[in-house]
Amino acid sequence: MYNYYLTIVLAPLAAAIIAGLAGKQIGRAGSHWITILGVGTSCALSMLVLMNMFWGGAVAENISVYTWAVTDGLRMEVGFLVDRLTALMMCVVTFVSLMVHIYTIGYMREDPGYQRFFSYISLFTFAMLMLVMSNNFLQLFFGWEAVGLVSYLLIGFWYKKETAIFANLKAFLVNRVGDFGFILGIAAVVMFTGSLDYAEVFSQADSVATQNIEVFSGTPWNAMTLICILLFIGAMGKSAQAPLHVWLPDSMEGPTPISALIHAATMVTAGIFMVARMSPLFELSTTALAVVIVVGSFTAFFMGLLGIVQNDIKRVVAYSTLSQLGYMTVALGASAYSAAIFHLMTHAFFKALLFLAAGSVIIAMHHEQDIRKMGGIRKYMPITYWTSLIGSLALIGFPGSSGFFSKDLLIEAVKESHWHGQGLVYWIAYLSVLLGVFVTALYSFRMFFLVFHGKERMDAETKSHLHETPAVVTVPLILLAIPSAVIGWYTVGPVLFGDYFGDAIFVKDTQDVIAHMTSGWHGSLALLLHAVMTPVFWLAAAGVFAAWFLYLYRSDIPAKIKDRMSGVYNLLDRKYYFDDLWINGFAAGGRALGQLLWKKGDELIIDGLLVNGTARTVGRIAAAVRQLQTGYLYTYAFAMIIGLTVLLGWLIWLR
Amino acid sequence: MIGLEHYLTLAAMLFVLSIAGIIVNRRNLILLLMCVELMLLAVNFNFIAFSRYLGDETGQVFVFFILTVAAAEAAIGLAILVVLFRNRRSIAVQELNTLKG
Repeated sequence: MYNYYLTIVLAPLAAAIIAGLAGKQIGRAGSHWITILGVGTSCALSMLVLMNMFWGGAVAENISVYTWAVTDGLRMEVGFLVDRLTALMMCVVTFVSLMVHIYTIGYMREDPGYQRFFSYISLFTFAMLMLVMSNNFLQLFFGWEAVGLVSYLLIGFWYKKETAIFANLKAFLVNRVGDFGFILGIAAVVMFTGSLDYAEVFSQADSVATQNIEVFSGTPWNAMTLICILLFIGAMGKSAQAPLHVWLPDSMEGPTPISALIHAATMVTAGIFMVARMSPLFELSTTALAVVIVVGSFTAFFMGLLGIVQNDIKRVVAYSTLSQLGYMTVALGASAYSAAIFHLMTHAFFKALLFLAAGSVIIAMHHEQDIRKMGGIRKYMPITYWTSLIGSLALIGFPGSSGFFSKDLLIEAVKESHWHGQGLVYWIAYLSVLLGVFVTALYSFRMFFLVFHGKERMDAETKSHLHETPAVVTVPLILLAIPSAVIGWYTVGPVLFGDYFGDAIFVKDTQDVIAHMTSGWHGSLALLLHAVMTPVFWLAAAGVFAAWFLYLYRSDIPAKIKDRMSGVYNLLDRKYYFDDLWINGFAAGGRALGQLLWKKGDELIIDGLLVNGTARTVGRIAAAVRQLQTGYLYTYAFAMIIGLTVLLGWLIWLR
Repeated sequence: MIGLEHYLTLAAMLFVLSIAGIIVNRRNLILLLMCVELMLLAVNFNFIAFSRYLGDETGQVFVFFILTVAAAEAAIGLAILVVLFRNRRSIAVQELNTLKG
């Protein structure tokens, strides 16, 4: 299997290098063929690995590939830990990546940076695989930073666009905040365990949990809580949890395929994956789990609300991604790691689908992204319409779709989790994920109705060109729609209740909410039949109905609500002032501090007072002293005589 | 009777006169050289006076040396003076102030 793993990782890297460095020589077709071949190989082999795990009974493998350095007993290695969690992630990443590669042929057809784009997304696949397949913290951090770098490069792909440059800088800086916490967390891990290797660290987890650390003297903190919260700050940056979420909506300035691949399906779920991977650590700190669940529930509910007031088609989907990532985080906080990963998987499919469908609409509309200028596109673009419908239904958790199984069970897990005694926060979390269902249905069908139904609000010029996009665009849509629709049905049983993850995810017995739910599990069909009796179903239905009523049936009402409740609308429109806080608060504060240190500290004190000041003082003293030098012989002679006299006088009388 | 103190007084007077000459004189560089010679003579006076007083001839030998050196020195000084005059067409002391700061 060793060679398989190596091929899975290196094939996209090789393709990225070839397409990147020799893009001119191999041409446009050459570069998309080579990268698709590379990612396709990875995808096929990943599926083989997953099938071996699933049916072949293959066990988890922990392989060290290369020792990079050993310093003071600390081994820095490149290695692969391939267990069931990893195998699932590998498949999701490579499959979505493959779909996006194919789709890109259509989306970027006329772009001059065609080869560069393919090189980047292939490089991204490599980095993401390194991240998920890592068996140690160092490689995890490498992958973590590498996906961040590629994300930066791709958000600013159209580097002549002012807003894109702002967005990629913002993404990079906000991620720095998270990564700072993350690397501190890794440093804390090394400090307490003296190792970077997962297996080694996890085996020492129990002893770490009993230790305390005093960062500020007088307030001892539990070492495990500190480690977990620091690591989670990293996850908050990468997985865009409030208040570090501000970069994700802006990242929509990049081309749509990467919004689907990086900012919906894979990279942003790296934080979720990381927390699940670190479950042996997080399980030992209920405080950290409480933090996780609070952050997650805030993001899940409040970011969803923002989706309702957005008018850019991609931004609606972006806020939906934020909200869904919040759902996954809530599940992590409730110790339902497998539910989080399961939702991650289904979400990767249907959110990538929604983004690619949005991209398809954007292509057809000649890069118009404002949903107020769309409407009635259904009859022009049937494939996009139907696939979007499947994606939206999966997103709101329509019974039977993949989103239904993952979201329903996720909410159920959160509801059940209060029994392990965290009290209030779990009720708040449950309430927010439950109400979030209504919000999700409202914003996704608001967008769906505004785009595909109703009056045709585009101008005549656009309308005359409106037609279905080519096969390279629609085929990935269809291929993604299939798992979005059905994958939940087949996988929910084994993944959630069949102990699929085994040792890959560790849950303390007292907190094992999924095990607690297993007794109520009677198969997919039973859950499906049960659906109409759950509040989740009715909330989603209410959301869809509200969207239909407000945006199709009585489309004059939203404007009235907006006028009547302008305070609330402004709060949502300004995104709870988070952007203002970051840009005018921290960023402006940082710049002001820099300005102060530059102008006052550097220019005034160091340059002015110390460096030039010394020279100026010497000059001034010299200017005063030179007045003594008359240049006349007799003055010097006189001075000599006086000096001689004084010296002699001193010798004779004073000694 | 003329004693040691008379000689020393004369030498001191000559010395101070020559110093005054150096300081007060602003016109002529030759005068300056003469003052230097006078200063040496004042010192020679002291040597001779002490030599007689102590009954030791070494002091007188020293005077010969000093006179010889003074002669050579005067020659060099005058040579420099000639060159200076050729270059600047003047030997006035108050015009020699290129060292002024």
